[in-house]
Amino acid sequence: MKSSVITFPGSNCDRDMDVALRKFGFKNKMVWHADAELPKSDLVVLPGGFSYGDYLRCGSMASKSRIMQSVINFANSGGMVMGICNGFQILVETGLVPGVLLRNKYLEFICKNVFVKINDKKNKYFKNVDNEVLEFHIAHNEGNYFCTNDQLKEIEDNNQIAINYCDENGKIEDKFNPNGSIKNIAGIFNKEKNVLGMMPHPERMIHASLSGEDGSLFFKNLINNLK
Amino acid sequence: MKISVIITLKKDVLDPQGKVIHQTLDGMGFADVNEVRQGKYFEIDTKETDNDKAKAKVEEMCKKLLANLVIENYKIIDPK
Repeated sequence: MKSSVITFPGSNCDRDMDVALRKFGFKNKMVWHADAELPKSDLVVLPGGFSYGDYLRCGSMASKSRIMQSVINFANSGGMVMGICNGFQILVETGLVPGVLLRNKYLEFICKNVFVKINDKKNKYFKNVDNEVLEFHIAHNEGNYFCTNDQLKEIEDNNQIAINYCDENGKIEDKFNPNGSIKNIAGIFNKEKNVLGMMPHPERMIHASLSGEDGSLFFKNLINNLK
Repeated sequence: MKISVIITLKKDVLDPQGKVIHQTLDGMGFADVNEVRQGKYFEIDTKETDNDKAKAKVEEMCKKLLANLVIENYKIIDPK
């Protein structure tokens, strides 16, 4: 399986993602934002970080960079595109997934482990994951998911919510919502579910002695689903 | 020609920064403030000399980059 991680000026989780993808069997290539062509890929990842210093709105500049037209075409033809954290912010700015990510409700940068409940398994990202709840890491200042009421209705009608913030037992309540996101949304799909944007970082949970193994579960499963 | 653009958050969108500014103003003794909403202001210096054409171009910029229409409104200020 071939993957590509796009590096934008200010990306800082691109190498972590590279390590994670390689660890679970992907042949990964790093792709520079100013390139025009995507290498042949089964998965494209927009990594976390602070592309373009978060100027204007997080992800807005990166969404217009040269490589993104190829990424958008790839996604529109059914290719798997995953945006993590700043990558999620870039995805919403391209319009590939609906909504926006606002400043966290209580204005603080949040850096901690959270639990997320998998809302939908009829997709290549979460199909065959045994767990209902995963422990991931979040580190963001603008992760407060927001969309219009019309968009929310559409998202719910199409079952586009991927994961919600919850407690360790999968209970989705306001007190487990770290950033004020509508409906505790931590990640969403496009309609076709080949594009996933999420705030949590699975690439930070790939070693038992460092952090945890739930990212390992996620990546092992993902590569199997793509085979 | 210089054209100015003001971007504001839509009415229903939470503005935590505006809220904190409001609280701080309150603490400083400005007790009359009902609400504060924070926005953005741009000055765009363009080579275009035709007023209408310049405004149309800036409008396109607003829609494509400067504003995110899910949460923001833009207002183009007439060049003087």
